Amino acid sequence: MNIIQKVGLGLFLVSLLFFNALLFMGEFRLTEQKLREVTSEQHYEVLRQELQPMLNKNYGSSFSFVMDFESSLDNYNQRQEESEQWDRVIWDDYTFAATKVASEGLVAQNKLLLLLLTVGLGVLGALLNILPKYRDEPTGIKHNGVMFSSNKSRGIIGITLGVYLIGIYVLLYWFPAYIVNWTLLVDPLSRILSGGPASQWFLYGTIYTLAILVMGVRMFRKYRGNKYQLLRTSSVMFFQLSFAFLIPEILVLLNKPWHDFKNIWPLDYTFFYNYRVEGMLSSGSIGMLMFVSGILLIILGVPLLTYFYGKRWYCSWVCGCGGLAETAGDPYRHLSDKSLNAWLVERWMVHGVLVFAVVMTGVTIVNYFSGFALLGQWTNTLHEWYGFLIGAAFAGVVGVGFYPLMGNRVWCRFGCPLAAYLGIVQRFKSRFRITTNGGQCISCGNCSTYCEMGIDVRWYAQRGQNIVRASCVGCGVCASVCPRGVLKLENGPEQGRISDIPILTGNESINVLS
Amino acid sequence: MKEAKPIGEFCIRSKARHVVIIGNGISGVTCARHLRKRDSSSRITIVSGETQHFFSRTALMYIYMGHMKYEHTKPYEDWFWEKNRLDLVQDWVTSIDFEQKRLAFNNREPLKYDILVLALGSKSNLFDWPGQDLQGVQGLYSYQDLQSMEVNTRGCQRAVVVGGGLIGIEMAEMLRSRDIPVTFLVREQAFWDNVLPLEEAQLVGRHIREHHIDLRLGAELERILDDGTGNVKAVVTKDGEEIPCQFVGLTVGVSPNIDLVRNTRLEISKGILVDEHFATNIPNVFAIGDCVEYRTPPPMRRPVEQVWYTGRMHGETLAHNLAHEPVPYKPGPWFNSAKFLDIEYQTYGLVPSKWEEPVGSFYWEHPAGKKCLRLLFDNSTRQLLGVNIFGMRLRHELFDEALRSNTAVEEVLEQLHKANFDPEFYDRHYAEILQKFNQQFGTNLQLRREKKQKSLWAYFGF
Repeated sequence: MNIIQKVGLGLFLVSLLFFNALLFMGEFRLTEQKLREVTSEQHYEVLRQELQPMLNKNYGSSFSFVMDFESSLDNYNQRQEESEQWDRVIWDDYTFAATKVASEGLVAQNKLLLLLLTVGLGVLGALLNILPKYRDEPTGIKHNGVMFSSNKSRGIIGITLGVYLIGIYVLLYWFPAYIVNWTLLVDPLSRILSGGPASQWFLYGTIYTLAILVMGVRMFRKYRGNKYQLLRTSSVMFFQLSFAFLIPEILVLLNKPWHDFKNIWPLDYTFFYNYRVEGMLSSGSIGMLMFVSGILLIILGVPLLTYFYGKRWYCSWVCGCGGLAETAGDPYRHLSDKSLNAWLVERWMVHGVLVFAVVMTGVTIVNYFSGFALLGQWTNTLHEWYGFLIGAAFAGVVGVGFYPLMGNRVWCRFGCPLAAYLGIVQRFKSRFRITTNGGQCISCGNCSTYCEMGIDVRWYAQRGQNIVRASCVGCGVCASVCPRGVLKLENGPEQGRISDIPILTGNESINVLS
Repeated sequence: MKEAKPIGEFCIRSKARHVVIIGNGISGVTCARHLRKRDSSSRITIVSGETQHFFSRTALMYIYMGHMKYEHTKPYEDWFWEKNRLDLVQDWVTSIDFEQKRLAFNNREPLKYDILVLALGSKSNLFDWPGQDLQGVQGLYSYQDLQSMEVNTRGCQRAVVVGGGLIGIEMAEMLRSRDIPVTFLVREQAFWDNVLPLEEAQLVGRHIREHHIDLRLGAELERILDDGTGNVKAVVTKDGEEIPCQFVGLTVGVSPNIDLVRNTRLEISKGILVDEHFATNIPNVFAIGDCVEYRTPPPMRRPVEQVWYTGRMHGETLAHNLAHEPVPYKPGPWFNSAKFLDIEYQTYGLVPSKWEEPVGSFYWEHPAGKKCLRLLFDNSTRQLLGVNIFGMRLRHELFDEALRSNTAVEEVLEQLHKANFDPEFYDRHYAEILQKFNQQFGTNLQLRREKKQKSLWAYFGF
């Protein structure tokens, strides 16, 4: 590391530290006026009474504020429940909104400056560290020292980072009120894009997009000279920035529902939920476009594109989860489990989630057409469980939090129902395969080691067998790291794609049936 | 199959025969695996003192460089051996009693065999240099070598690698991955020029220097100096130059590792002498892999072949022979590959470093000097003899077929793009290559257009 890189790393760490410290800064004070801003008319009256002791009181941290706020609310709700006044119970969650308006002082008054000093400085530091990488070195992929790295090889840094990420996701999904200070930082940006204040999801989207862009630049450095990797990385960066981040916010600005056009059911598991369908159908021609394109992608786009190009067209070129995995997750790709057992678990789990998603959506649709009479309660319960188990815990907490522990594709491999659907098409009706080059394999293991999906690529390569696997996302790294030029991702004729009894080229004494 | 020997003479065929294989490298393990596929009743034991499980020896360098851990270099999971009833013994064999059919070990009880397969591998060459036994001086072949390299290079300020071959350049790359300055002494006038033609050797030489390796061509080792405590202090070249260093890699080739069977009834020369079925002079004793010397080499082959692929094919063939009617070893067209730092190399057929009439040569090099292609052919019959390719990838099957069917060089060139094995979106140079050939030989060859498969866009009329 040269001096610029060290400075960059230093800046990044300082900004990260400061970013975290922000959560403990500022003051929180709720006033009647602020409360009115974030509550409905009828609840306002109730809450004003209930929160009387809190109003105009100064809190030193969001933690004590949230604790008081929630206990007052719980107290009220409990009383209503005991007296069976169900219609008076407040089901709406005001905690995040109330905490956010209550924030005063340092953070609330210096949003832009603090954004620059935390996120901005972090991006700058990261780029200073990344851009000079591999300077004066000939092109070629260098995995030097990966296995000795504490960060990349489940050392103390890697484990700490994993725990940190898990913590962030837990806060984001279940305790967003504790991170209101972060959402305040991105308020100005949110107001420009969508016209409204930032939710925790806008914050998440911003950081997520920045992670893909900055770590995408790292990919450009690492894989310079490898056009497949450069194009693929550019593609995920483009789709994240435009389709997943900018366009949905601009739609909101135009009073349309937030919609990510490239997100496909069943990954986009809420697509058929009542509120989504109604939102789309009541939003004019753009809404119709959302609805029709979404359905076309499911029934035509997925099978057709997967037939021609394999599931990589989505998983490693378009998808947002894939985008993060392929950029921010790249340093951890070798941590995936390659064992036969892991493959067994993978097949049961990922297809299990697919079945869960299909059943849930089926129930939702039946429920819709039966006028909500039959399955009303059931549908909600299913939605809640799916959202909690799969949408939040699996895709978020495990999906990203486990990057430094189990590799960058845990969600894609074990949990993503869309990946399962794409995978079934890829396995049984596609022209995509990874071809092995005759008898040139030396069983070194680089391909298997760096396969993020945990495919034991070598097992096929050393017996001269094409790799046709449902899980392969076509990232192309096996072909990039192979020292003997044995692997090539190809779309070719279906005939001869799957060779169950491969013959290794080279030995004419016998036909070598591996 | 015509030349098959009658069954009974070749080896013991009893159902419960005990086949013991010494060596768990690619030859020994391939033999064991294929024998198990073809014969479910034999008891099969694989013996190795080096490691308990099979690992890819070619990946040793990646362990040192931190690309992989030892576990990653094992091609089969640890349960594989028991599931396939391949018994593993980890110990060094100290002697073989060919009369009693018994192996003696360093630590464990002797082991009886009915059939013995010797897959002993190679060992690093040494040429009696003064100081070659000092601490910090070593070759690189085995797992133990890797471990000692780890120890020997700790705190190393400068290293010297002696010998310009495949292991030498690997060792230089390994050391550079840890930022250890390397001086690379190569006796020849260009890197590996006893195998590579001059242009290719120079291409690799330039790339070596690009990696900040101090490549000294035409430089020979005279002796290695002691620092007074038994550690290496410096090397002295034949020119009298003293190069201070704390580590010396001796990579001047390998030779069959046959010390175990020296001065026994087993006939050896450079390696263990075998016939075309891998039988030695002693019944029921066979030898495969690096340690073998053919009594009659297959056509166009050297008597000792020490590459991964030949080892694998030996194993495949002997496994067949132990289970069925023996067939002679008949390798197809030669092929090999390597990676010189960042530049990949593949070769199909025979491309020696020098040739003479009637062999003709065509050479193309990319202007940036990191990719090249050489074709050797017969000037009169135009038949393709071999290809060297650097920085690009070509399909093995197509060249294997072209070489076996004596295809003309022009025919191959016109279809070269079909053999393309580079990743998608990579620059293709086949038209430039053809143009150069046309200029040089006054031909008018054209790339034969591939019948394009219909892509998705074609269905929409684009």
